[in-house]
Amino acid sequence: MTENKLGRIIPEKISHIGDLLPFDGAYAHTPLVKKEKGNRRLPKLNKLVDSIEKVIVETNLKNGMTISFHHHFRNGDKVLPMVMNVIAEMGIRDLTIAASSLTEAHQCLVDHIKTGVVKRLITSGIRGELAEEISNGLTDIPVVIHSHGGRARCIETGQIKIDVAFLGVPSSDVYGNANGYTGKSACGSLGYAMVDAAFAEKVVLITDNIVEYPNIPFSIHQDQVDFIVIVDSIGDPEGITTGATRITNNPKDLLLAQLVSEVVVNSGYFENGFSIQTGSGGASVATIRFLRKYMEDRNIKASWALGGISGPMVKLHEDGFIGKLLDVQSFDSEAIRSIGENRYHLEIDASYYANPLNKGCAVNKLNIVILSALEIDTNFNVNVITGSDGIIRGASGGHSDTAIGSGLSIIVAPLIRGRTATVTDSVKTIITPGSTIDVLVTERGIAVNPRREEIKEKLKQSGLPVYSIEELKLKAEKIVGKSEPIIFKDRIVGLVEYRDGTIIDVIKQVSN
Amino acid sequence: MAKLRRTMLYVPGNNAGMVKDAHIYRSDSVMFDLEDSVSIDEKDSARFLVYKALTTLDYGEIETVVRINSIESGFGKEDIKAMVRAKPNVIRLPKTEKAEDIYEVESLIEKEEKNEGYSIGTIKLMAAIESPLGVLNALSIATSSKRLIGIAIGAEDYVTCLKTSRSEDGIELLFARSQLVNAARAAGIYALDTVYSDLSNEEGFIKEIKLIKQLGFDGKSVINPRQIEPVHRIFTPTEDEITFAKKVIEGIKTAKSNKSGVIAVEGKMVDKPIVERAERILELAKSSGVLEAGKESEND
Repeated sequence: MTENKLGRIIPEKISHIGDLLPFDGAYAHTPLVKKEKGNRRLPKLNKLVDSIEKVIVETNLKNGMTISFHHHFRNGDKVLPMVMNVIAEMGIRDLTIAASSLTEAHQCLVDHIKTGVVKRLITSGIRGELAEEISNGLTDIPVVIHSHGGRARCIETGQIKIDVAFLGVPSSDVYGNANGYTGKSACGSLGYAMVDAAFAEKVVLITDNIVEYPNIPFSIHQDQVDFIVIVDSIGDPEGITTGATRITNNPKDLLLAQLVSEVVVNSGYFENGFSIQTGSGGASVATIRFLRKYMEDRNIKASWALGGISGPMVKLHEDGFIGKLLDVQSFDSEAIRSIGENRYHLEIDASYYANPLNKGCAVNKLNIVILSALEIDTNFNVNVITGSDGIIRGASGGHSDTAIGSGLSIIVAPLIRGRTATVTDSVKTIITPGSTIDVLVTERGIAVNPRREEIKEKLKQSGLPVYSIEELKLKAEKIVGKSEPIIFKDRIVGLVEYRDGTIIDVIKQVSN
Repeated sequence: MAKLRRTMLYVPGNNAGMVKDAHIYRSDSVMFDLEDSVSIDEKDSARFLVYKALTTLDYGEIETVVRINSIESGFGKEDIKAMVRAKPNVIRLPKTEKAEDIYEVESLIEKEEKNEGYSIGTIKLMAAIESPLGVLNALSIATSSKRLIGIAIGAEDYVTCLKTSRSEDGIELLFARSQLVNAARAAGIYALDTVYSDLSNEEGFIKEIKLIKQLGFDGKSVINPRQIEPVHRIFTPTEDEITFAKKVIEGIKTAKSNKSGVIAVEGKMVDKPIVERAERILELAKSSGVLEAGKESEND
């Protein structure tokens, strides 16, 4: 028996329950509550820290740790460059950057890698000079490329242990309730950042828009957040979105979109209550417009859409053609407006979206997905990461996640790009295995994976130009010939991790 | 089945990317241009490119047309030499003003056909009429050669010659268009309308398609693949038109078997012109793919 702080006699142990800890005063074990009680003018409890530098000290960031960023500000992101510059000035080295993706806004990493501040990259995609440098052997350790669902899995299982997450948020209160819908740097969904906020050891929010407590609705919540830093600007609105997505005027994209919509309509999947995801590319977005016409004519409505949400999808939702939108990433200003306004335009995190090992991710419930490709081979394997020159120029994204999850995965791509055939004998880098791809739509014909014979028959019966994928390859080669193979060096510069954590391919250094 | 010439897609002959993709948009014809869209210093390369495309690529069932330069330009003869060898379906002569223009081109084509060992008349001709003189000579142009499959109006040059400009409702073209359709019909060949250049004005474009269809044209030149679908849509008979046409044909069959000359369908008297129109509607419906061949009659 022992006496607690208030003089009550407490047993030290009780059989079947175990050791008991005597009360030691209200503040002894909860250091984060305010100790002063009084009127409203007392300083409010907050997590604000004056500067990026101070917050880095507070987080105890050390050499060799792993830090994370999200890419919801796309090409307009100022957070990563801002944080990395301070880290570099502070002399911290050998960091691993685990970003949801890396964009044109992140070219500063070239210098940080060269000077040893950054040692490793783990990301869904890389672009621009950084990608070129990596393809030329910039990093000693290969970059790991993962899908959006794969990243969520890595973080949840601890395969990636994030020491500090630096998360830009378009609005936050002083206690860490944050969302992406409001503020001058609004980006819509914070789906990728939500996983980091939930699992990182330390979570730092960086915002240019502090709002009154409680900031509702919140995507990242106060119980996840350690520190908040206010800065002048976290993003360049022009880089975050290009404004409202317009339907393309490009005749080839429109032709592709028309064909894709006809494939969808005649596939057997086009019936009341279907679900769909499309990308943000010209043909994908235009497909939504063509589909709408068929939905109107046949009185068919979709129950939900997933993704990457863009304005044309929002329009269908608001006009009653799509019941609900599940949004992991908002592509344009209309999507950003809608996610803040519409009850059934719901923000989801990357794990809910596509983590293959949680108890149920949204891609598994998806009927139709429309995806792009840089290359596709005669086994339907798809490359969306390396260009015709072998250099990294894209992102894995949700490609492999949605391809396997959906009932009907459609790849849309021009058969010829410039002077290169899109259909090849073997793609340079496999991101998505052909066993999860169902249909390829090109401007010169459609190919159906032989494992989906029933769809092939349906499309043929509807009069669509269906060929074998080998025939499409020959059509392309007849016009542009066969490309000379790219010469790679033996050194591996990138590992492509499939969503389940296995390595599906490697990216080698390009030869000069 | 009647050959459809609802749309003829202009493709600049010096643009490899567009030449390669010319047929994928499924216009009824594609027209590779060696004339106005090709600058003087690219005439040779455009001619070579179109030659290579026609002899290498497979344009399937799409009719291939090449617009050559006029003989006076100094490029026309070389164009004819190369193009007869490339063997498009049709050579289109620009700025035709009189029958003699056609005779000259025809004799040059014939010479090359002989050189190549083709049967005479393999390469068809189309004449573009782009001046008041050409419009006034429309009938003699239209009847000048057996090779001629159609005459087309080129409006921009024509309205400039008239000292006016193109208007929204096209009143300034009414005479020329009517003259051309009449000449074409008298000669039994196709009548093809000019381009509509304002790509952003979809409403104006639709209005113009309806107008030229009503005037009797068979189709229209288009400058962008986006313009193909609206023309095809408007030129394709509607379900009601097809149903009515079927009833007319059915009615006339029954009337014939009853040895009666005149019938009424849906309260309208049906006589010979109406029967002919019904036949044309069904022919057009078959060619457009909205009616299966052999399904002209409800009872078949």
